[in-house]
Amino acid sequence: MATTTVTRPNTRGRGTERRRKPPALVEIYRSAVGKKYVMAITGIMLMGFVFAHMVGNLKMFLGPAQFDHYGHFLRELLVPILPRTVTLWLMRLGLIGAFALHIHAAYALTRMNHAARKVGYKSKRDYIAANYASRTMRWSGIIVGLFIVWHLFDLSWTGTGYHFYRGAAYHNVAASLHRPPVAALYIVANLALGLHLFHGAWSLFQSLGWSNPKFNRLRRNFAAGFATIIVVGNVSFPIAVLAGVVSN
Amino acid sequence: MLHLDAKIPDGPLDQKWTSYKFERKLVNPANRRKYDIIVVGTGLAGGAAAATLAEQGYRVKAFTFHDSPRRAHSIAAQGGINAAKNYKADGDSVWRLFYDTIKGGDFRSREANVYRLAEVSVNIIDQMVAQGVPFAREYGGLLDNRSFGGAQVSRTFYARGQTGQQLLLGVYQQMARQVGLGNIELHNRTELVDVVVVDGKAAGIVVRDLVTGEVASHSAHAVIMATGGYSNVFYLSTNAMTCNITADWRAHRKGAAFANACFTQIHPTCIPQSDDFQSKLTLMSESLRNDGRLWVPVNPDDTRSPDQVPESERDYFLERRYPSFGNLAPRDIASRAVKVEVDAGKGVGPLKNGVYLDFSEAMERLGVDTIRERYGNLFEMYERITGESPYKVPMRIYPAPHYTMGGLWVDYELMTTIPGLYSAGEANFSDHGANRLGASALMQGLADGYFVLPNTVSNYLAPQLGTRPVPTDHPEFQAAEAAAKARYDGYVAIGGTKSPDRFHLELGRLMWDYCGMERSRAGLEKALAEIPALHEEFRKDLRVTGDAHSLNQTLEKAARVDDFFELAQLTCLDALTREESCGGHFRVEHQTPDGEALRDDEHFAHVAAWGWTGDPGQPERNVEPLEFENVHLAVRSYK
Amino acid sequence: MKTIDVTLQVWRQDGPADPGHFDTIQVPGVNTDMSFLEMLDLVNERLISDGSEAIVFDHDCREGICGTCSLMINGQAHGPLRGTATCQLHMRTYNDGDTIVIEPWRATAFPVIKDLMVDRSPFDRIVESGGFITAETGGAPDANLIPIPKPVADAAMDAAACISCGACVAACPNSAANLFTAAKVSHLNLLPQGQAERYRRVEAMVDTMEQFFGSCTNHGECQEACPKEISIDFIAIMNKDYLKAKFKNSRLLSRT
Repeated sequence: MATTTVTRPNTRGRGTERRRKPPALVEIYRSAVGKKYVMAITGIMLMGFVFAHMVGNLKMFLGPAQFDHYGHFLRELLVPILPRTVTLWLMRLGLIGAFALHIHAAYALTRMNHAARKVGYKSKRDYIAANYASRTMRWSGIIVGLFIVWHLFDLSWTGTGYHFYRGAAYHNVAASLHRPPVAALYIVANLALGLHLFHGAWSLFQSLGWSNPKFNRLRRNFAAGFATIIVVGNVSFPIAVLAGVVSN
Repeated sequence: MLHLDAKIPDGPLDQKWTSYKFERKLVNPANRRKYDIIVVGTGLAGGAAAATLAEQGYRVKAFTFHDSPRRAHSIAAQGGINAAKNYKADGDSVWRLFYDTIKGGDFRSREANVYRLAEVSVNIIDQMVAQGVPFAREYGGLLDNRSFGGAQVSRTFYARGQTGQQLLLGVYQQMARQVGLGNIELHNRTELVDVVVVDGKAAGIVVRDLVTGEVASHSAHAVIMATGGYSNVFYLSTNAMTCNITADWRAHRKGAAFANACFTQIHPTCIPQSDDFQSKLTLMSESLRNDGRLWVPVNPDDTRSPDQVPESERDYFLERRYPSFGNLAPRDIASRAVKVEVDAGKGVGPLKNGVYLDFSEAMERLGVDTIRERYGNLFEMYERITGESPYKVPMRIYPAPHYTMGGLWVDYELMTTIPGLYSAGEANFSDHGANRLGASALMQGLADGYFVLPNTVSNYLAPQLGTRPVPTDHPEFQAAEAAAKARYDGYVAIGGTKSPDRFHLELGRLMWDYCGMERSRAGLEKALAEIPALHEEFRKDLRVTGDAHSLNQTLEKAARVDDFFELAQLTCLDALTREESCGGHFRVEHQTPDGEALRDDEHFAHVAAWGWTGDPGQPERNVEPLEFENVHLAVRSYK
Repeated sequence: MKTIDVTLQVWRQDGPADPGHFDTIQVPGVNTDMSFLEMLDLVNERLISDGSEAIVFDHDCREGICGTCSLMINGQAHGPLRGTATCQLHMRTYNDGDTIVIEPWRATAFPVIKDLMVDRSPFDRIVESGGFITAETGGAPDANLIPIPKPVADAAMDAAACISCGACVAACPNSAANLFTAAKVSHLNLLPQGQAERYRRVEAMVDTMEQFFGSCTNHGECQEACPKEISIDFIAIMNKDYLKAKFKNSRLLSRT
């Protein structure tokens, strides 16, 4: 205890010219604050995707022709400036990158946070502000992540045990979600997504430093509203299929 | 007899500091790193001195028994800090601040020291603002001021109700910068247990690591002690729990004279005690008296709730007795006035041990929001402690020991009677005389640390160029270390029945009863008989559980209480021999017919500096006469 | 005067290496006007008279300003009252027969020294790395030279109210010190005097913080635990400044 000069970080060079800095983006990502920034930015990208995905899928209610046309429309984006499916692939790559960074940052921060409290509280915590959503981010994130993989196999790549026709989106949705356990899985996964969004869509404002007394009260409402819209929209699909509103 | 040379520079009062700064010896910037300076205590005075000396280039070792310098008790000051900025253009000046401080101190302080304090007060505000202290501001962006007890001008700068914390943070941050740069070696959770003197000069200190119990020595060219005051000798005070006299007392036992021990200040506005087991009293800032009015019901048997008592049956006793200063009468005067009312049976509250401090009139005049803005956090604190809201019912307050003007005797350079040993802030006796005005403690701490010591230390260091500090394996250090170890092992070995807190409580009660707000010959003699007996019992019947080789708060407390016993005797003796009433020292034998203090300038216009003789009951009284060339010794009247 | 009987479960740990355990202590006859720490004083007094070692806990000013006291009380940092440090918590908050569990702050950066006392010196390291304005003694201009708008001074003051008690870290599910660091950064970064070192400060302090503590995931638990009710808005301010600092080309600073 006596001398506390030992654990002092190296301060030499502070204040004067430093050694050459790595590129700003790399340096930002090295820090935890920067990782949160990256999580917020990628989170916004993923939110945009989730929202567009949900809105696009609403076309399901307009019937098979409209819905399948929507699929073709996506592949033809920006044609003829770019060849067919290129735009879609660029968007996919962007999304994959966002996912990868979001997950990597989450993983790295989780490790950091575990290391920051190696010996935990022995008695029960009584949380005041930290809610179920905020404390289960990593679990809701994992559930959503695993679900996405299943979802891709189920409706995009191979199907999961029903008669899968590549490109026949409407048919595949109706066939897959017609199975109650699968529909239940979709509902559960979307509730997890909602929980994730409820905290994430609020948290990103803090991480990005978007704080202003004028709109701070609205941040929580935005997050709750966004999460609700996504959950209601997405859950409507399995329910619609089960209810026979959408069927082959 | 001690040689007490105050070393006051010649020349007119307003030139003394300037000429001193020119006359003193300097150390060349390149040579400063060849000097080691020890700073004990890291509050406003110690922290500011450590930071400034390190900035100047000296090698500084700083010691605090807290876990961080930012916890020093300076942090608890609420109300503000005075400075003769005259930003309000209401007639303030360096001269007026000087005069107010001298008069507030009841003409028992040195003119030259006080003038210097007033002179550098303006630099303090500049410095602290540059450090980023968020003082309260007007809407136009300029600094705001409030008025404070004992002054008729607005010269108090404040940062909500936590001026002390904000100033200390400024000092701490400046110090932290030097720690980060490697110019200060900071030792936290390390307590001074002895001062080492070699060849008549301060050579270093012996410290105890509170975590491991290890005792170690540190030597330096000069030692600065800024270790605070001793109000905790009364057990119940507004001081933090760990405030103690040990550092000063260890220096005293090694030859540093201790001055004016009986000048202790009782703060008028504290929350009354609620039960016998209370460990600490909480101060409510004096600034509350700006807008709060003190009163008691005229009828002592009035049991109505305060809002039911009509205006005509209330006695606003301060306004009645001191019309020109009213509720802003200085602390000593206000405290005694409160005591008079409570002693007359007019006390309010369940234990009838307080008086009302009422804001209803101010809330009506200024609006609740203004009052909330000014005192919100104090009101909240009051409510947390008492469960009553001052917005609804008047506060109840009673005086409590708060500050000690006495301390180690220092000369104009803040050097004690041990060459090379300096004392700063509340730990020394220098600037407040017999009574300190509100918002002056922060001022003095910062003045000493920032502007006085950094100028005076070089005068002592310069001739030592080329010498090394005494090595810590010197026999004096070895002996002091052995004595310290024996002392701490000794407390554990007694194996009696009573905890240090018990003894502290009993000692405090003796001090409060016989050496508190009112002192009498008979009472002091009684205390002087009982304290050594209690101390003897302490030596035989103390119980410290645990051991001396690990963290042991009971043991730390025991050592501090041990030193309080000896200080308590000195305080009583000082009070007994000062046959007058002045400032915080009120002897019942010396009062006017209407109960005001009666000073005796003919016989007691002096500093009593006590020398250690080896027997705490028989210290040697030395006198430093006070000469007043610039002010007229008036009867201090606030009527 | 009302008294209650309570049961304490207190964490006892002999030193950093000791695994530690809970001791159950019956405390009859607690005056409800007592503060929580006075109740612990009472327990210690009884422990000493039984010949046992007193419970070690950090405390000092007992008026909620020095930040020395700590304690996790029934799973909440500084106990159940909002905006209240342990030393200002009073026993009238509790009922007769209550069981109160007392634990030290838990964080890797805050190792337990003994019983309920922890080492919070990483906070000092953060301040040492940049939590200051370089203004050496003597050269300051007149205090009124730079007017500071009242809202700015007030906001800086809100941040500066931090007492460095560590409750934010203790309460944070991630043991993050972002609220502490943000308060320190914002106090100085909001003031005109702090502008010269604004970006260097935030970089240095955040980087130092991350050597010791976890990361902020915006639970908001710190704000609730803070005895000075410091807002997590300051964390947003810090995040923004940190990013600006990283993107700013330090060699271009001379031209801004």
